[in-house]
Amino acid sequence: MTGDTTTAATPTATPAAPAGRVIGSGSSVLSRIPWTLIIFLAACAVPWIGTRYNTFLAEQIAIDALFAVSLNLLLGTTGLVSFGHVAYFGVGAYVCGILMKTYELPFIIAFPAAGLGSALFALVSGYFCVRLIKLYFAMLTLAFSQIVWAIAYKWNDVTGGDQGLPEIPFPNLDWMNSIPFLSDLKTAEQFYLLTVFLIAVSLAVLHRIVRSPFGRILTTIRDNPERAAFIGVNVRLYQLTAFIVAGAFAGLAGALYGIFSRGVFADYVFWSKSAEVMIMTILGGMDYFWGPPVGALVLVWLNQAITDYTEYWPFVLGTILLVLLFGFPGGILGGIDALWTRVRGMRRA
Amino acid sequence: MGGLTTAMFLFLIASGLSLVFGIMRVINFAHGSFYMLGAYLAWQGVQWFHPTGIGFWAASLFAACVVGVLGAVVERLFFRSLYGREELYQLLFTYALVLILGDVAKFLWGTDQLSVSTPPVLVGSVQIFGSTQPLYNLFIMILGPLIAFGGWLVLNRSGVGRMVRAAQMDREMLDALGANVGTIYTGMFVFSSFLAGLSGALVTPIQSIVPGMDVLIIVQAFIVVVIGGMGSFWGTFWGSVIYGEVLSFGILIFPGFSLFSVFALMAVILIVRPWGLFGRPL
Repeated sequence: MTGDTTTAATPTATPAAPAGRVIGSGSSVLSRIPWTLIIFLAACAVPWIGTRYNTFLAEQIAIDALFAVSLNLLLGTTGLVSFGHVAYFGVGAYVCGILMKTYELPFIIAFPAAGLGSALFALVSGYFCVRLIKLYFAMLTLAFSQIVWAIAYKWNDVTGGDQGLPEIPFPNLDWMNSIPFLSDLKTAEQFYLLTVFLIAVSLAVLHRIVRSPFGRILTTIRDNPERAAFIGVNVRLYQLTAFIVAGAFAGLAGALYGIFSRGVFADYVFWSKSAEVMIMTILGGMDYFWGPPVGALVLVWLNQAITDYTEYWPFVLGTILLVLLFGFPGGILGGIDALWTRVRGMRRA
Repeated sequence: MGGLTTAMFLFLIASGLSLVFGIMRVINFAHGSFYMLGAYLAWQGVQWFHPTGIGFWAASLFAACVVGVLGAVVERLFFRSLYGREELYQLLFTYALVLILGDVAKFLWGTDQLSVSTPPVLVGSVQIFGSTQPLYNLFIMILGPLIAFGGWLVLNRSGVGRMVRAAQMDREMLDALGANVGTIYTGMFVFSSFLAGLSGALVTPIQSIVPGMDVLIIVQAFIVVVIGGMGSFWGTFWGSVIYGEVLSFGILIFPGFSLFSVFALMAVILIVRPWGLFGRPL
């Protein structure tokens, strides 16, 4: 046991925790700064102020952030431990990739289609998953994600099998050339801007969902499903809806990732990827809406920094995970939050 | 017949996984890593004990014991403090072990394929039902049911087994009655790791040892355990037989989609009977 001070950040210990907590919510100075706007503008500026490599990293962080936030709608908000979230990411990547490469459809059709395809698959698989209790839920999601993997890996005619779908085209971004400042960017950088914009919109929508009455009910279900059912909430329907929304946004992230990495491969859908995005979510702090993006930022950056020195990245990741599980179950934001509360308490005393 | 050999190997691996789940309600992703370590340690043992005569058997026993000890360390140091926590933390803890042990194996033994030759006693093949079977496969096919029967005997016909089954049903009650539940848990975890290490060692003569064999095997072992029912010894046994046959018939009927069919089978069973064909509802 690591002591009760650290476990206080877990959802079970604080049943009344809102769906997305805000750090230092009592402080007027910090909460008045429009953090999200600053981060969005900073992300947009990366192609001009950073190197091509920085842009590459930033794009990966942004996509992972959306993926992890979509998982957290299940994990942190609704309390559903999905161990197969990568399935919906993969379906989105494949739908978008196949439509754009094989059928040569424009991005404006393929992108929403990816979200729709993932949502549909989430509807079908989620219909069965939400009927099961915790551990069985995790295993059925894992089974569905492995089904997707098996299909991706073997259905050569459509998914390219183990060769994957290489060389997915960039969307047609010629319209950006008519805008000053944007015209001298390379296509990859223009696509980066598009990605950042789409992800910002998606995150805003997800944020609205978490803060809406619907999101509050999801949190109620997380804290006490029996009580939620007792006050007249259709628990399964709400869980299924959350599952579909999470799947749809994971699909959008997957669609962007397929284009960003210039190909879709069966490896994307293997079960260990689900564990990776889960680590991101928990590393950042799953009690916070902005936890998963922080986790994505730290993990992607750390991955790059460490693989420069050693090939044993999984070892480092495993060690981080151990420290996290035993030392900081609330994640990075949970740790900062606890520290912040303590500092304020000292100032007051 | 080919399906049966696969099935018996899977049974050896999955039985440990199933035991730990049945008693501790924990999905142990690291079970595959223990299996992989067993294989590497057996290879190492064969190098040390010389590849003649008793070498392979000593190496297998050595590998299984080392992995068993590792299981004890893991349970005592880490797992113990996670029992009261949410499933998510337990799942992620075992996944952290997968990451760490995978890299430890890479660090110690490199990334090249390693292989162990069949022990001299079991070289050759025999004719059964008109098909030629390597002697070693036959040995595994006999060993599998033997272990299943032995495990069932211990669980259902001995004092220790009674304690274990009691722990499975109601941990707190057993604790209150004065039994040392902690020791039972450690013991089961060690036995489960021992089985994983042993199966890893025994698979070396017919499969080469490569990094990544841990994550590949664990998914298969899961399917077996889910089909048969977690915590049920015979369930795991029949689960492996079904898995092996579905896989090998799947290849015959629609090649390429046999992988799909086993995952689909797993999903269907989870939907219809989440506790498996032979298990009991939680």
